[in-house]
Amino acid sequence: MKVKYFAWVRERIGKAEETIEPPASVRTVDELMAWLSGRGEAYAYAFEKPKVIRAAIDHAHVKADAAISGAREIAFFPPMTGG
Amino acid sequence: MSVAATIRIQEADFDVAQEIAQLSKGRTDVGAVVSFTGICRGTEGSEPIAALRLEHYPGMAEAEIKRQAEEAMSRWPLQGLTIIHRFGRIAPGENIVLVVTASSHRQAAFQAAEFLMDYLKTNAPFWKQEESARGTSWIEAQSHDDAAAARWTKS
Repeated sequence: MKVKYFAWVRERIGKAEETIEPPASVRTVDELMAWLSGRGEAYAYAFEKPKVIRAAIDHAHVKADAAISGAREIAFFPPMTGG
Repeated sequence: MSVAATIRIQEADFDVAQEIAQLSKGRTDVGAVVSFTGICRGTEGSEPIAALRLEHYPGMAEAEIKRQAEEAMSRWPLQGLTIIHRFGRIAPGENIVLVVTASSHRQAAFQAAEFLMDYLKTNAPFWKQEESARGTSWIEAQSHDDAAAARWTKS
């Protein structure tokens, strides 16, 4: 699946997007954040406060307990500040 | 009558008067047009800023604003709706966002515009960064914006 990062999540990780293949045991958005955190210091820093991070699956907002199976694109970003 | 919302996510500026005229010209069923324009301030807190930089999530920004527009049209009898949100570098005094609602009566137009702005603030995938003499920093989300959006939640 493709993962995209925005704003300071993108800056902390150091890339805007990547393709990942998490193991089948990673089933939900918060499990994916925990798995990504284990990929290195930059990821651990980006996801140090997972409750703050918002997520979207295939361009729609989802909660942390949402299932990720079948997702084509998952995005992680800080609370939005548009308008 | 069902209407299609006009939604544009763009780097370029927009002409507020032209967008308002677009919703009412040649029509006699529109009795009220409300517009809200969000403009870049020259200060953030008490600090002067050089500009805002708006990052967005292409694809999702359009999809999310379309969902919000459909929700507004299902809740109020609108005869026209235009939403424009800019991205990129925006200098103080420049436009950031526009919501224009048209209806037979003012109440629906006012309420739908306010609802949409409250949701754009908290749910549209845009992030503001301020540019100042001290460098750049991300603007933090405001809890009063979350509270403003929450009051529209149906119980």
